[in-house]
Amino acid sequence: MQPIAWQISLVLMTLVAFGFAFVAINSGRRQDDYTPLQKSAYRLRTRLFWGLVLVFGPAMIYTLLDLPYDAARARAGSGAVQVVDATGYQWRWELSRDHVAAGQPVEFRVTSADVNHGFGIYDANLHLVAQTQAMPGYTNTLRHTFAEAGTYKVLCMEYCGVAHHNMMTEIRVVAQ
Amino acid sequence: MATYTYEHTPDHGAKAGVLAYLATSAAVLLLMMVFGLLMRLEQAQWISIGADRFYELMTLHGAGMVGIAAIAGASVMWHFLRQYVDLSSRIFIANLVLFLAGVVMILGSVLIGHFHGAWTFLFPLPGKSMGMWSPGAAALFMGGLLVIGVGFLLLHLDIARAIVARYGNFARALGWPQLFGHDDGKAPPPTVVASAMVTVVNVIGLVVGASILTMMLVNLYVPGFDIDPLLAKGMIYFFGHIFINATIYMAVIAVYEILPRYTQRPWKSNKVFLASWTASTLMVMFIFPHHLLMDFAFPKWMLVMGHIIGYLNTVPILVVTGYGALMIVYRSGIRWDMASKLLFLSLFGWAAGAMPAFIDGTITVNYVMHNTLWVPGHFHTYLLLGMVAMVFGFMYYLGKPDHEADDRLIDRIAFWLFTASVLGFTLSFLYSGKESVARRYAAHLPEWVPYDRIGAVFAMLVIASSLLFVGRFFSRIGLARHDYQRAPVARPATA
Repeated sequence: MQPIAWQISLVLMTLVAFGFAFVAINSGRRQDDYTPLQKSAYRLRTRLFWGLVLVFGPAMIYTLLDLPYDAARARAGSGAVQVVDATGYQWRWELSRDHVAAGQPVEFRVTSADVNHGFGIYDANLHLVAQTQAMPGYTNTLRHTFAEAGTYKVLCMEYCGVAHHNMMTEIRVVAQ
Repeated sequence: MATYTYEHTPDHGAKAGVLAYLATSAAVLLLMMVFGLLMRLEQAQWISIGADRFYELMTLHGAGMVGIAAIAGASVMWHFLRQYVDLSSRIFIANLVLFLAGVVMILGSVLIGHFHGAWTFLFPLPGKSMGMWSPGAAALFMGGLLVIGVGFLLLHLDIARAIVARYGNFARALGWPQLFGHDDGKAPPPTVVASAMVTVVNVIGLVVGASILTMMLVNLYVPGFDIDPLLAKGMIYFFGHIFINATIYMAVIAVYEILPRYTQRPWKSNKVFLASWTASTLMVMFIFPHHLLMDFAFPKWMLVMGHIIGYLNTVPILVVTGYGALMIVYRSGIRWDMASKLLFLSLFGWAAGAMPAFIDGTITVNYVMHNTLWVPGHFHTYLLLGMVAMVFGFMYYLGKPDHEADDRLIDRIAFWLFTASVLGFTLSFLYSGKESVARRYAAHLPEWVPYDRIGAVFAMLVIASSLLFVGRFFSRIGLARHDYQRAPVARPATA
């Protein structure tokens, strides 16, 4: 997901840059009568608007089809749900188990004993694969099925005080 | 549909209060930039200041930048709005005095009391420091924010009074008769429409912000006065999102007012313009759940609403304001100088920064990018290359010696240095976000350090170019008060 977000952002930012550069390059020679220019620019703007609607409207809806809040999310795996209770403390994680099986859905029940924390799961390449906030008084259920075995890190994703950056633990994902 | 022609508007000099606002903003901006650089250098492992000092600087950097963005934006808005409505200079100065009082409280809290709970002061962190700071230090910090908020509330109430006195009510100030009825070409000018929008949203945002600050202050000393952390988070982000976004909506008034003077083309409040500002008024208030997308306990419909409004909110920026600037500049014969270049650049920065921002507001993206460096990546793009560039453009406009004066070579070099270095700086953040580098970490994992080093080098260049801009402003501050033509006349059409 991250490379896609990066590439789309770069493409869109570059398109915006081209638009501004095109106008800057064509700003030197004045066309005195602004009205016809305005009319053609308004026509182009209408097309631009509908172009944005046509491109980003479906993208906006499509990306709503697989929300992390939905219980259906972990159905990709097979077998019984593995429940892990995760509690954040300043500045450590307490997990009810330190290993889970790959390919089998996991339900992290995440909360905090003190302040806001963020429960972020990183793979062996240090890429974030899933996260939720850890809040006092609330339990956020994070459903994830690990496709690959290995050692994953849990990092804190919400600033929680002076040792926030040290608030890490590990969870082992073992092959079935 | 009404037709519009350009009417010449004289270039007014700035009141002393506006210059005091700008001088305060410029000085604090440079200091906060240095604090930001120190943070990047620490992450790059080129200096060693320690985690507690890092988080103190982070707290000051956040609060300071948000504060001076608001002060600078307010100075732009007040300078141009007073040409249409009768504003109180005393209230304007009172806001600055309260701001400075709040700054002193915040500095005392952080530098003496060692408070480092971040500018977002998420409940219950200020009251749960694990012995790192006292409740008094937390109270001083939140009290400082409260004092600053009261000042801005006063300013906006005065603006509301002046707008109502001139236009009768906010519906007229937002151009609703022309938006929903016949466009007779008599809608209020863009400056009034934008100021009305900012006043509406900031009054509501500030009241919510002051409420949660007061609740948390009570809770510090009366723990039995319990607060729901999720409610507190929602209130903080509601206030924070509105307040920081309003700084751009205030500063963009410089673009609406100054670019037409350079192009001798009108930027009028037509139906599309009015519709976009009314839509933005609503969207800026209801978009805040996109800060809470990883709080699964928050009502799902509100999270989906944050996702959808994140997409919709991009449309007015791109299609109305960004496109509007392109329209009036295209084949205008504009004579480029530092002011016009910075203002044009600022709309690019705003529009370009909105791209990674709305992508981050997509729930499935946010799931793997929330609170990574992707977030400072996008907000530094539209604030530094957008909002701050608007303010620099305004400063150059005020200090321009005369309408035919040429820019010095060093200023022209600084413009391109600023553009390139801000892009390098923000792209280093965005790339770090793509690589999942967590946000707000005093110490980075070894794998992340190379990106920090690249970012730190670009940050130094950003500071160098900003130093030149600010130095030029201070060297010309005597000119800024006088009324004379600043904007050069566009080149005539050639046969």
